[in-house]
Amino acid sequence: MVSDTSRLGLYLLLAPILLWLTVLIILPHVGLFFVSISEKIGPREYETGFANYAAFFTEPLYWRTFARTAIMSVLATALTLILGFPIAYYIAKLTRGRTKTTLFLMCMIPFWVSELVRTFGWMILLRETGVFSNVLQYLGLVSGPVEMLYNDAAIMVGLVYTSILFMVVPLVTTLDSLDDSLIEAGYDLGGTSTSIMREIVIPHAMPGIVSGCIVVFMLSLGNYLTPILLGGKDSLWFTGMIYTQFITRFNWELGSAFGFLLLALSSLVVFLGLKLSGQSLSETMGRS
Amino acid sequence: MKYSLLASFVAVSALAAPTLQADTLRLLTWGGYAPEDVIAKFEAETGHTVEVTTSNNEEMIAKLRATNGGGFDLAQPSQDRITSAQEEFGIYKPIDMSRVNADLFIPSMLSATAGNTTFDGEVYGLPHVWGTSGLVVNTAEAGDVTDYTDLCDDAVAGKVSYRLKRPTLIGFAYSMGLDPFAAYGDTEAYQGILDQVEAKLTECKPNVKTYWGGGDEIKNLLRSGEVVASMAWDTGGWQLNADNPDITFVAPEAGALGWIDTFVLPARGRADDAAYDWINFVMQPEIAAMITNTAGNFTAAVDGDAGVNEDLKARYQGSFDQEAIDNIKWYPPVPAGLEALEGATLDRINAAN
Amino acid sequence: MTNTGPDLECRDLIKDFDTFRAVDHVSFDVPQGSFFSILGPSGCGKTTLLRMIAGFQTPSAGDLLIKGHSMIGVPPNKRPVSMVFQHLALFPTMNIGDNVGFGLRQRGISKSEIKTRVEKVLDRVGLPNVAERRVDQLSGGQKQRVAIARCMVLEPDVLLLDEPLGALDLKLREHMKVELKALQSAFNTTFVYITHDQSEALVMSDNIAVMNHGRFEQIGTPHDVYHAPDTAFVAGFVGDANKISARVVATDERTLTLKADGGSDIRVAVGRDQLPTGQKVQVFLRPEAIELLPNGADTDGASNVSPGIVENVLFNGANSMVTVKGADGVSWKAALPQTGDFASLQKGDAVRTRWQPTQARCYPVAEG
Repeated sequence: MVSDTSRLGLYLLLAPILLWLTVLIILPHVGLFFVSISEKIGPREYETGFANYAAFFTEPLYWRTFARTAIMSVLATALTLILGFPIAYYIAKLTRGRTKTTLFLMCMIPFWVSELVRTFGWMILLRETGVFSNVLQYLGLVSGPVEMLYNDAAIMVGLVYTSILFMVVPLVTTLDSLDDSLIEAGYDLGGTSTSIMREIVIPHAMPGIVSGCIVVFMLSLGNYLTPILLGGKDSLWFTGMIYTQFITRFNWELGSAFGFLLLALSSLVVFLGLKLSGQSLSETMGRS
Repeated sequence: MKYSLLASFVAVSALAAPTLQADTLRLLTWGGYAPEDVIAKFEAETGHTVEVTTSNNEEMIAKLRATNGGGFDLAQPSQDRITSAQEEFGIYKPIDMSRVNADLFIPSMLSATAGNTTFDGEVYGLPHVWGTSGLVVNTAEAGDVTDYTDLCDDAVAGKVSYRLKRPTLIGFAYSMGLDPFAAYGDTEAYQGILDQVEAKLTECKPNVKTYWGGGDEIKNLLRSGEVVASMAWDTGGWQLNADNPDITFVAPEAGALGWIDTFVLPARGRADDAAYDWINFVMQPEIAAMITNTAGNFTAAVDGDAGVNEDLKARYQGSFDQEAIDNIKWYPPVPAGLEALEGATLDRINAAN
Repeated sequence: MTNTGPDLECRDLIKDFDTFRAVDHVSFDVPQGSFFSILGPSGCGKTTLLRMIAGFQTPSAGDLLIKGHSMIGVPPNKRPVSMVFQHLALFPTMNIGDNVGFGLRQRGISKSEIKTRVEKVLDRVGLPNVAERRVDQLSGGQKQRVAIARCMVLEPDVLLLDEPLGALDLKLREHMKVELKALQSAFNTTFVYITHDQSEALVMSDNIAVMNHGRFEQIGTPHDVYHAPDTAFVAGFVGDANKISARVVATDERTLTLKADGGSDIRVAVGRDQLPTGQKVQVFLRPEAIELLPNGADTDGASNVSPGIVENVLFNGANSMVTVKGADGVSWKAALPQTGDFASLQKGDAVRTRWQPTQARCYPVAEG
């Protein structure tokens, strides 16, 4: 039995986090939900209904953008994992001491400036009169200026670059906790680099992989600046669409509905990812 | 009755007493409309302090909508965006003309803006800065671009840009011989115009390098030569002209699109005194000239162009002859709900392949 | 199986690290089916040696042969050796069956074949029906046996064991010593076992190599290493011993007469080394070699009898000891037989000690 005083103490301790949850997370979402289920029928006249959600499913542009955003985010997550894993493995397993700290720090340096500055950096590199184009021309590999900006590949580059740290950090943490003797035991028992990676390292790193993927997926899905600045003429992104509904169209009702759909989508993808990888959320978040 | 009168008098004087001396003016405006030196002068003269938030039309309205017209004491949206926002969200309060020094304003502009911002018999806006949007062209490389639809010529394929926003729809409509402003009140007619413009812009899409989003972005594109012709604001063209004489603002044959940024009072603004003080202060000719020199656009102040630097005047005159000035299409108030139609059109153009 | 040569043979192995030499001219061979231990204090180079055999480290010089084939340049996954790691290194993400089957899977053996072989080997180590369990559901001793099964299922020529008992509690360790030895004879595989615990080495091994500072001090049977240590280090490291510093004062064909630093005279049988008069020496004497005599017993003519006072009785069952302070003030440790004769022995009692000159070992000490 917990005595009344200690229970009171517990509530007092919990009060800030409960307050934070309620005021900053739950209340705005409740408000947003009520906005999303009001249909506008005239100036300052609203009715309750699900027309905004219906609009999403009946207008192909909306759900196509939605699907496009989700697919590209998944792709960006996969690319980040493929790029981040060797980096994390190198940092965690093949370096030690100062080299390790230095490498880790180097991964973090880009994050000392704002996302806007980083994205502008990529624009300077990729644009037609930019660094890459000039270098390629100087080397004689191309005859005229090349435009590498304003397409989906540029968005990918930007998304991967923006989120790679959030993949590397949990991976380094889990790989660090992998006992070297397990890898040696794998070799000793006749394993090859590939089979050891597949059967020992990756299963061990799974919680890190999953939590990294969740974070990167969420960051990509919710990214606004990168797709807008690096993307091309038809590079629509769902967050951009929400922004447009809220700000340029003054249509908060549809924007709120979109916001809820985005929340549902990301939850669904995370749920599917956890199911497919056989991980549980609490384990993933607890271990890394 | 007597008591309550007395009570309210006490309350008012209690409230007014500190505000008369020093007040904080929270100004929601465009970049360049409240230069540092103007603020310093104003603060020295009136004792008020000024907090500036820079924004654009849509964000101004969104911000005020989010707070039901609170958080700011003076805002500066364009005149065509006032009545519809007022009708939908009620975020402004009427101007008290007795507190404005009307002599400082060019009378024709003051009355035109009053007419355009009248809702339910009350005036909500005062004119401040005006300008146009049209074409910014690198005349050495794309001298043939003289109208909006010229951006779709093969000669400039891949080297043009415009925004995917409503001015583009309007500009192209005029250039195609249509009259969108005349159709503002007729949803069906307007939709018909939008459909034609949509077809044109979709067809034009391969010509476009990218849809620009911010002023700095389009200036970079033009300066680097990656883009040789674009729809843009007049000031952007004139700024680029200072660096590269080939690039300048061109008033399109179909007419430049004229806008007027105004002063409006947010519904729940707390420092009206400071707001009126600011209006009467910045409309003085010499202050207006200071603003024109930083913002690059002229104001509605009487004699406000007297102190403007000669280069800017020369560039203005280079872009606008009398005929071009007469041909400016001034934005009428946008009826509520029109943005929804335009938004759908813009979405479809954006998604088209 | 026609090869009658040793399973494992090391020739002049050397391993140099940046600043020091971890393994220094080590040569030995291990016959098929024997249990070979390498015993040494931590930092003596035994782990480096083992890792060279396993293939995780490359020798700086020398050769290493398994069944007559040189292993230089052969990667660890291609060597016919398996290793039981210090902390066992069972894969926590796999169940027991998958752990044991890991090596077989790498060889591309069919699933059904793996299943039968895994079951068989688990049966042999006395753990039937655990294949489906998770690693953390097993006890320490069971994990030990799984680790061995995981290696033995591959039928390696040599099994390397890196102090695998270190993490177990005392009782289980004692039990596992016996069991390991039994498993080794059951599988009839060559075991190379490294440890710093002399009792593990003594109990299980057919041969022991005592290692210090990267060199082998002695290779021999447990009996030899214990009773006939070649060097002072071995005598001091293996088993308990009284250490006496002394100087040779007289010598004849069979006996050395020494003067202990404390002043008493000692007689010791002549060993391998010729020790001239005046040589400084160190004498090692096992506690069980010292005989306690009740006061008044007859000691006519015997060597190395001296009176003393019981300083402390250390009761520890069969390993009970007594410390006796001699007339010269030097303390000796002597075994206390639990036969009942000395049941009443107490601190402060007067006793006499006696030992045979042949029981002591005597090593020269360089004059400092």
